[in-house]
This record gives sequence, C-alpha cells and structure tokens, in this order.
Amino acid sequence: MTTETGLETEVKKELKQTEEEPAAPEQKTQVQDEAAQQQQVDPKQEHKGAEKTEERSNNKETLQSATAEQPSGEQNTDTPPSPKPAIPSAQTSPGVSKKGKEQAAGKGISRFLPPWLKKQKSQSQVEPKESLGREDPVKEEGYVQEKSEEEGRKIEVGGEDGVDKPAEDRRSLPQDSKADEKEEKHSINSAKTEPAKEETRKDTLEKDADLEEEEDKNGAGEEIQKMIKEEAKVQKPELKAEKSPEKPPKKMKTVVCKVMMLEGTEFPFEVEKRAKGQVLFNKVCENLNLLEKDYFGLTYRSNNDQKNWLDPAKEIKRQIRSSPWQFAFSVKFYPPDPSQLTEDITRYYLCLQLRQDIASGCLPCSFVTHALLGSYSLQAELGDYDPEEHRVDYISNFQFAPTQTKELEEKVIELHKTHRGLTPAQADNQFLENAKKLSMYGVDLHHAKDSEGVDIMLGVCASGLLVYKDKLRINRFAWPKILKVSYKRSNFYIKVRPGETEQFESMIGFKLPNHRAAKRLWKVCVEHHTFFRLASPEQPPKAKFLTLGSKFRYSGRTQAQTRQASTLIDRPAPYFKRTSSNRVSRSLDGAPVVSVTNHSLVDSLAAEINGKGDAADKDNAEEAGTPFRTQMELSPESKSKSLRIKGENIYVRHSNLMLEDLDKTQEEVLKHHASICELKRSFMESTPEPRPSQWEKRLATTLPPMTLGTSDEKQKAEMGEEVEVVIEETVIEEIRRTAKLKNSPDMTKSPAAAIPSGEGEEEKALKEQASKANTSSDSHSESEDEADYHPQLVKVAVDQIREESEENDEELGKESQVPMEHPAEGILLPPPPEVQGVADEEKQECKAHGEDEALSSPAEKKTEQEAEKTEELKVNGEVSRSVSEVNTQVIYCSEPPVVKTEIVTISDTFAGQKTDISTTEVPIVHTETKTITYEASQLDGSEDGEPGILMSAQTITAESLCTTTTTHITKSVKGGLSETRIEKRIVITGDADIDHDQALAQAIKEAKEQHPDMSVTRVVVHKETELTEEGED
Amino acid sequence: MAGTSGYGKFTHAVVRGIPDSFGKSKATGSDGEEVDLAKAQRQYGVYTGILRQKLGLQLIEIPADSTLPESWRVEDTAIIQGDTALITQPWDKDRRRETEAVRKVLEELKLRVVDGADDESATLDGSDVLFTGREFFVGLSSWTNHKGAELVADTFRDFAVSTVPVSGAAHLKSFCSMGGPDTIVTGSSEGAKQALKAMEQLTDHHYEILTVPDDAAANCIYIRVGSNNNYLLHGSTEEYPESAAAFQKLTDYTLLPTSCSETSKLGGTLSSCSLLINRRLDL
Repeated sequence: MTTETGLETEVKKELKQTEEEPAAPEQKTQVQDEAAQQQQVDPKQEHKGAEKTEERSNNKETLQSATAEQPSGEQNTDTPPSPKPAIPSAQTSPGVSKKGKEQAAGKGISRFLPPWLKKQKSQSQVEPKESLGREDPVKEEGYVQEKSEEEGRKIEVGGEDGVDKPAEDRRSLPQDSKADEKEEKHSINSAKTEPAKEETRKDTLEKDADLEEEEDKNGAGEEIQKMIKEEAKVQKPELKAEKSPEKPPKKMKTVVCKVMMLEGTEFPFEVEKRAKGQVLFNKVCENLNLLEKDYFGLTYRSNNDQKNWLDPAKEIKRQIRSSPWQFAFSVKFYPPDPSQLTEDITRYYLCLQLRQDIASGCLPCSFVTHALLGSYSLQAELGDYDPEEHRVDYISNFQFAPTQTKELEEKVIELHKTHRGLTPAQADNQFLENAKKLSMYGVDLHHAKDSEGVDIMLGVCASGLLVYKDKLRINRFAWPKILKVSYKRSNFYIKVRPGETEQFESMIGFKLPNHRAAKRLWKVCVEHHTFFRLASPEQPPKAKFLTLGSKFRYSGRTQAQTRQASTLIDRPAPYFKRTSSNRVSRSLDGAPVVSVTNHSLVDSLAAEINGKGDAADKDNAEEAGTPFRTQMELSPESKSKSLRIKGENIYVRHSNLMLEDLDKTQEEVLKHHASICELKRSFMESTPEPRPSQWEKRLATTLPPMTLGTSDEKQKAEMGEEVEVVIEETVIEEIRRTAKLKNSPDMTKSPAAAIPSGEGEEEKALKEQASKANTSSDSHSESEDEADYHPQLVKVAVDQIREESEENDEELGKESQVPMEHPAEGILLPPPPEVQGVADEEKQECKAHGEDEALSSPAEKKTEQEAEKTEELKVNGEVSRSVSEVNTQVIYCSEPPVVKTEIVTISDTFAGQKTDISTTEVPIVHTETKTITYEASQLDGSEDGEPGILMSAQTITAESLCTTTTTHITKSVKGGLSETRIEKRIVITGDADIDHDQALAQAIKEAKEQHPDMSVTRVVVHKETELTEEGED
Repeated sequence: MAGTSGYGKFTHAVVRGIPDSFGKSKATGSDGEEVDLAKAQRQYGVYTGILRQKLGLQLIEIPADSTLPESWRVEDTAIIQGDTALITQPWDKDRRRETEAVRKVLEELKLRVVDGADDESATLDGSDVLFTGREFFVGLSSWTNHKGAELVADTFRDFAVSTVPVSGAAHLKSFCSMGGPDTIVTGSSEGAKQALKAMEQLTDHHYEILTVPDDAAANCIYIRVGSNNNYLLHGSTEEYPESAAAFQKLTDYTLLPTSCSETSKLGGTLSSCSLLINRRLDL
C-alpha cells in the first residue's frame, strides 16, 4: 500500500509537470496519431457494436465493432478539444443512480486509453489503415500527453475516473467542460473513490510485474518494454501497469460476462475474450466500489452445474469452456471476524452473501437466529420500525429463511422493533456478529464418501477440514494437523500428522463423485489454507521447469495481507445504497444497461492487457516445449516423441503452501536412519548392479517383474482415453556444497537446530513453515523422494477414516532404491496388501504448516537411544561427507563433465497382478510401475538433521496431461560445509501418450540451466501405467 | 442466539420429585444395589434447596409420578438451549412418557418446544448431550444413536453438533460436564479420556480441561449468578475426596458440594436431576 501511495504522488507530480509544459514528446504525438487513426471508426458500426454487446462473442464483425467502440468511447467522452462535448447517452440518461454513474465513469475511462497502447497495436498488427482526419484536433500535443497520463491511471481505476480527485486535477488543464460536469455529477463519490483507485492500481502493478517477466522472454515483450521505457519518464509506475494493455485494439475480441451480483441483479461486463479471471473480477469490484476484495471471488457453473471458482490467474475462457459467460460474485473466504473488516461496504456485501446463504438454506440457522438476523436485515435496509409505514406485510418481500412462516415473520417484526436507533452499518455489524457464530459459517461443503462408501460431507473452512455425516460433525482436521492434501482421480487424500500417542502420520482418503470434484475440493483446501493460515502466499518457483503455460498459484492476498492493506484504506466511507438482498425487484442502483456498453469497452481494453500477458506466457510455453535432449542418457526406453504440451491447454498449479514435511518422531527417525544406512551402503559401494533392498525383495515376491523395455505405445494401444493414465515422475536432485564459515551446531543431535540461520529466503520459508522439517528424516524423505510415497499406510486408531484402497503400490520400486521417510516402517511391518501410493502422481499436494500441533515432542525415553544411534550415524555421515566433497569438486561446474550414473535399481512391477487387493469402492487400478534411478556416486552424506524445505510445487494440467513439478530445497550444514540440495520432482500424468524422454530431458536441461552451479546427482524415473479402466468421470 | 456470553446463566430449574418407585425400574434397578428412598429424597431436598436459595433459581417442581420410576432424571427428557427446547426420545420406551409433563412445563415457560420424535428409530437421552456454550457434543452411547444426535443437529442449527463415541454403560455426561464457560471437567477413566480426546479433535475451540480422579465426580453443575459469580455444584467430599480437592483449583468459584449418592447408584448425576433454563419471561 505504501508503494501505491508513492506511486500516486509520483503520478501527481508528473501531472503537474505535464501541466506546466504541455509540450508532449514527439513519440507520444505520434502515438496519438496512430491512436487517432484507430479511432476512426464508422459510427454505425460502433453503434451496432454497442448494441450487440451480448452477441459479440465470436463474431468477427462484432469484434471489429468492439474494437471500434473503444476509440469511439474515447472520442465521445473525452476529447476536450472536440467542439461537441459528446456526452454518452448513458451518462445523460435520466435516473442514473450510483451504478449508472460508475458505469458512465467507466465509459469515461475509455478516453484515457493510452495512445501508446494503440500505437503498439498498430505496430504489432500492422494495420494502421483506416485513418481518417477526423481525430486530428485531438492531437494537440499538450493534451495528448495529459491524456496518456490519465490513461495510465484511469484504466486501472476502471469505472471511477470521473470521480476521483487526481483526475480532477489533471483535467483542470486542457480541460473540457464536460469533465467538469461529470465531476459535479459524481461529486458525491469523488472524494471516496481515490483509495479504491490506488488499490486497483497496485493490483495491476503486481500483475504486471509478472507479466513483465514473461514478456522479457519474447519479442513482443521486448517491444512492449521499449514502449514502456519511452513512456517511463512520464508515467513510471503507471506505465508498467499499462504495459499489458497494449493489445492492439483491433484484435480485441470481447465477450460480455453476465455477473450476478449479490443484490440479485445481473450485470454485464465486457472483457476481452482471452482475459483472465482477474480482469473481470477487478471490474466487478470496481463497479461495487469494493476495496477489500480479497474475500470475494467469482463463480461459474460448469456443465455439470457445479459451482467453480473462477481462477483469477487463468483465462476465463479456458475455465468456463463451453459454459455460458455467466458468473456470480460471491464471498470466497468468509472472514472469521467480520468486525475486523475495515469498511462498512465490505461488511455490507458480506451481509448480502450471508442473507443469500441463509435464505437458500446453505447456512443453516435455528428459528431464533433466522428471526434475529432477519430483524437486523430489516433494520439495515428499512431503518427503524415505523408502525405507520411498516404495515403487517411490509416484510413479506423479504426472505429470511428457506421456509418462512408467519410465526417467523412475526418474530422478525417483534425484534425489528427493538433495534430502534441502529444505523444500517450497526445493524450489519450485529448481523455479522451473530452470523459468524453459526457453526456452518464459512464452511464450504463437498459431497464425498468415506472409505466405506458412506455418504459424508467435507467442509473446508478457515480452521481446517470438517467431516460431516448427515448434519453431525464426525471428524475435524485442523490445518496444523494436516500435512498434505492431495487428490488423485476422484480420490481426495489428506495426510494427517500423528497424534501425541501415535507414531505415524496417517493418510485418509475420501471418494468424491468425480475427478473434477476432487480437484475442486483440493483447490478450495489449498486456497483456504493459504488465505487463512499463511502470512503470504508463497512465491511460485522461479524455476522454469516445463514452463508450459501461465503460472498459477493462489494469487490473491492472504487474510493477513489483506488486513494489512486494509489498514491503509483511507477514504471516507463510500456511499452505497442498501437494497433488500432478497428482493429482486429492485436493482442495486438502477443502473441503466445502456451505459454498460461503453463501460465494457474499458473492460475489454483491460482485458487486452491480460491477453498480452497470456500471449507471452504462451510463447514461453512453446519455447519450453520445444524438443530438447540432454546428453544424459536417462531413459533406457527412450522415445523421441515431441512433448505434446501446448501452452494453451495448460495452467500451472502451484501449491507450496501446504507442502510441508512431516515431523517424525524419534522412533521414526531411528528407523529411518537405519534404513538410510543400509541404502547408503548400497550406494557407496558403487555396485554397478542394483542391490535389492528389503522392499525390492518383497516386491520381487509379490509382484511379477516386468520387462524393462515395455513401451508405452503398447499399453496405449490397450487403453482408451481416460483409461490409461501414464504417470511419470522425475526426481532430480542437485547438490551444492559450499564452505560454511560458522561452525554450525551439531547437526546430528539437534536436527532442528541445524537449520542454518543465515539462509535468507529459505530461512524465512522455514520459519513460515514452522514446525516443518525439524527432524532429519524429513530432509531425507524430501530430498530423496517426496514424502508421499509411503510404502504403506499407517493408520491412527481413533479418528480413522480409512483411506481408499485404490492405490496400488506403484511406488514400491522406487521405495526400494530411494531412502524413503519410512523405509524402516516397511521393514518392520509385514508387507501391506496394498501399498498406498498416495495420490501423488498428480502431486497436487499441500502441506499444512503446523506450528502448533506440529512436533509431537520427541519422547524423552527415546532420547538415549537416539543419541547412541546418532553416534553411529555420525560416523557414517563423515565418510559420506568426505566422499561427496570430493565429488562436489569435480562436479561443481555448470555442465557436469560426467554425471556418473548408476542404475541403482530398476524394478518393474505389475501391480495389477497382485491378488490381495481388497478394494470395494474403487475400481482396481492395475498399474505398471517402473522406476529407474540414476545417480551420481556421490550420495547422501546427509542422513541426519538436514532440514528440508519444499520450495515449490506446481502442476501443469492440460486436458489429458498433468505435469507437476515439486521443488524441494534442502540446506544443511555439516562440519563447516553447507550443502544445498534441490530436489525437483516432476510428475506427468496423462491419458495420452507422453514422450517421457522428452520431458525428462527437458526437465534436466532446465534444472541445469537454473542452477548452473549445481550438479545433477540423481535422476529417478518412475513410470506407472494404469491398465484398467476407471469408472469415473 | 448463538451467544456464549450468557453461558452458565439460568433463571429456572425444572426438577421432578423422587417417586416411591425409586429404584424399581427394570432398566436400572436391577443391578441389585440397595437404594435408600428416604435418603434419596433428602438429597433431593438439599439439591433443590441449593438451586433455589443459593443460586436464586425459580424452581419448577414436577410432582413425582410413581408410575415413572426414573422420572427424576429430567435431564434426559429435554435439551434446552436458549429459548429452544428439544423434547428427546429416550431409549427406554418406558421413559418416553416422562417427557409429557416436562413438555408442558417448557411450553408454559414459552420456550420453543421442538418435538424430535418423529422417527421411532432415533433415540436420544439428554444426559448424552453436552452443551459447552459454543457447540454440542452428543455421546453415542447405549442410549443415544446417530439419528438421535441428528435431532440435536436439526434443532440447534446454529451450533456444531459433534458426535462422541461413548463406551461402556455410561452417558456422555456420566464422566464429563462443563465447569465453566470454557472449561470441561472430565474424569480419569479410559473411556473419559477417549471421549475427551474425541471432543478435542472435533472442536474448533480450545477448552480448559479439569481432570478429576473420579468419573462420577466430573459431573457437576456450573451456574453463573450476576456478572461474575461462579458457582459449582459438585460431588461431596465424602463421596469423592480426591475429586473434591481437585475442584479447589478453580479460583473465584463458590463451590457447593452436593451429594447425590443415592441417585448415582442408579446412574444418576447431579446434572441429571434438573433442567436448567435461562428464560426471561418479560421478553
């Protein structure tokens, strides 16, 4: 926020400057010229476009007209020099209420379209043809410059420019009388909107920052940047913000999005067809004059009539697919304490949402509560009870409950009388104070079945995940208790931290109606966890691993952040009119639809901004997608198919937030150590041949080995779409060791203490993730392989919902060679009938950062034992360390001269032949599992106490393909050496053919590029092929 | 309303006299332990006296009915929160008639009386329901089943209603109760521990836990009088010396040791002998 303010002032200065010297830079004039050219549009067409807003979707003509509209809007509203102050009809239309004004303002915005923007368009598109002389007067230099500046600011502001002060200031110069008029009209709002503008701007800026990165990489981006630089003198921050809008107006294809507002009215917004969700959302918020918008979101109905959240970071079109462009503005994150919201207007919208929830029955209330909340609604909307005005049936228009009885209405009236004197804001407050206590307040419910096929509901809320059976809460998992959330196909899993008396974390599975539902639930979990539990959303990895599309993460602010930002809101309480949420008859502000057209023009412009970003993304994606081969011979079964991932169909999902390592009990650590030792031995001996571990042996007995070379094609042939799920995992570890100046504490004994203090960002990350990774086993599990692949599932007695047993042990093979977090468990326990492969193929995972319940404190009795053990381990550790040091010297260069590759294990298993699968619910999934590990001989000197940090995880999902990248960075300090170990795991899941080798090669290449000073020490390829059909989705 | 501020505040108490048939119920009287009717009635007198005189509650005494030997356990017949009363459906069909008189009283008090019993298969004993001021825990015991718990959820929709497995021959409140607005008093038996663990798992809220050695002593009655005068009825020192000592940890409380040794022989508890209501009729 501070920055924003800074920006604002800066801009103002600039404005002044501009005012003083009206001479605009030449380039600008030029720009303006071109813009003017663009503006020459057949009025007719324009008109048409305006009228046809709705039909505009794919029609080319309409596209054109839309394009035309924009300039025209500019012309109309703005052009001070133009003799006629063309006031848009919308503006003049009688009875323009607040919204109308806003819209009008939005229209006005168009006048601020940056000329350079247009220029850019013409440059890139090479179509400056239709120039008419008409606009010439507009080109007056001083004006132009001013205009461009204003544009900079205005576009972001959206519909409010007519209103805000700075705008007024600016206008005062080459002013047009019209502007003044407008100001007057909006004078009420004028004072208030400024902060809103700021915020919006900030958002835009942030977005831009991202875009910039993307754009750097492609030519278009360069161009844009050039433009930006040119403009930079005048418009600094704003410019950036505007950069993205530089879409050629002509290409703009706009669509009208109908957004159902909380008041129950549908409002059209026009956006560019390829705009991202954020664009639309911002528009809606602008329209609502809402600053604290992080609690809100847009939903759409997918084909199966499921409500989905529109992802702000993703193109709208890609999300809604064939669904109509209809959305609903809703509360996404219900603030647990609404009184902490800064603005009344925010609370008002929250109230509207809650009234809706209550009336629809989504938020169950008792009779008494219905009555009480209803009475507050009345007070807020009607004011004090007035016996004269409020006849018996005055409330029959309101709906207070799903089923409204006379008795209820009477009670409402009775209570309404008692609220005399409450202001609307106070009444809203009271409403919220009571509503927030409702047990289902803010709980997002999802239908599911438990492991036994019993219908349950899963509720995601601020504090965690709730499990309901019928209306009864039967279980609850607070976020700190949840180590990981994942889904695989239609199964949804949570990994739960072990309780005090339990040794192992447990994996609990639920069956959702279909894959989409599982994904939706997963996403909601990730978002809620991020929003309510984290201080800030974790940064997406800078890594360009398989950069195939736009990067996704929870892009919004967290509650902490939004609260912080809200404290800086400094505007007089905005005026807004309360309407009965439940009376559809009254539209919110009576805004005439007419005005919408122009308004939407601005929108579409903004959309262009995003579109640009998208394009950049896509370019990148394609770049990344180009076939590439490393010199590393990675896969024995190499095929050379090009990676069939197109940027278009892909988005990246990122979910660091909940990725957190497990906290192990000491016992586990011990077991783990034991297994590590064994594994290490096997590695250190550098035996060319794989040395079967316990798991392998077991595998060998349970699972018939498969030939290594089984080709994918073969399998593919057997399977249809959706039937075959090919999963490939690649784990690449990079290890860098550097001398550590300080002697760090004895790592072996106090793993927690081992976290290097000066690690900067990682340190932060560590703190954020609090309890995570305090034990040595953590780092191992993470560094070797994600914690997900448990050789078996350990159940906790009390609260267990048994996990779906669908998972075959596709990871067995891997387990065998890679030191896992629980290998020891595996050794100690009988081979499970089915091993839980744990849902990580798709790798959407979240780990809670659970400071609170985090560490089950190591049992004291074990300490002794532990100490002994660590002694022993230490010895081993030394040895390995020295070895690895040597290796490091050799490998420490950008191109590892030779990466010694050892195939530690190759095991192919055909899990489908296991006979002991006892699945009831879930179709048996036959999986073919292949795991190949490549590893430099230097290995794993770090069996103890290195804290691991999972830095990032992202998933790229295409229609038939899902790629997940998980990056885990482990830093550890050993005897003066600091080792950084980066593990990247890429999971590609798809139903179609995947060129694994290609993907792998690409991954390795990228890994090298990203960390030139590190060496690839291990590559594990694990392939699982699902052979049977899955009867879902 | 879903308010918690008023937790522990009560205006009325509904009790029912000890009938002559005390201890002759086929369901509970069969374990052979001798009960002393006169003593039980004396204890009842003391109990009601405390409610009336020490705590200033308006006492509504339903006359004893000898055809209903267990009717003194009025807690089982209704669940009251705020202005809403849910008439339960006791597992013991012989006891269902007990609810009639109670319902009348509650209606007279102008509570919203909700009849849960439209499903014969639902069973619900009031002493399996613990209201903490923030949420309900319903013990799934020998007397209360899932459907019974649903009645609670249906009636008190403002609140989370969580189910807690209760093992053995106990009601949920046989070994735990509220000792204050955010304090759960619980016994030390394995069953009590498990139930407490389940509750802690299920709740969004953090409760203070006061553990007492005896399960039965963990059933007490917390009542707040005035702005901040905390009263706690708990088992007498003679019956539960160690547990009574444990209650000394509660500061700013007026402790009221109350004996219910006779009723407890029949599975009764302090709380089971009354229904507490916070109802201002002038509203």
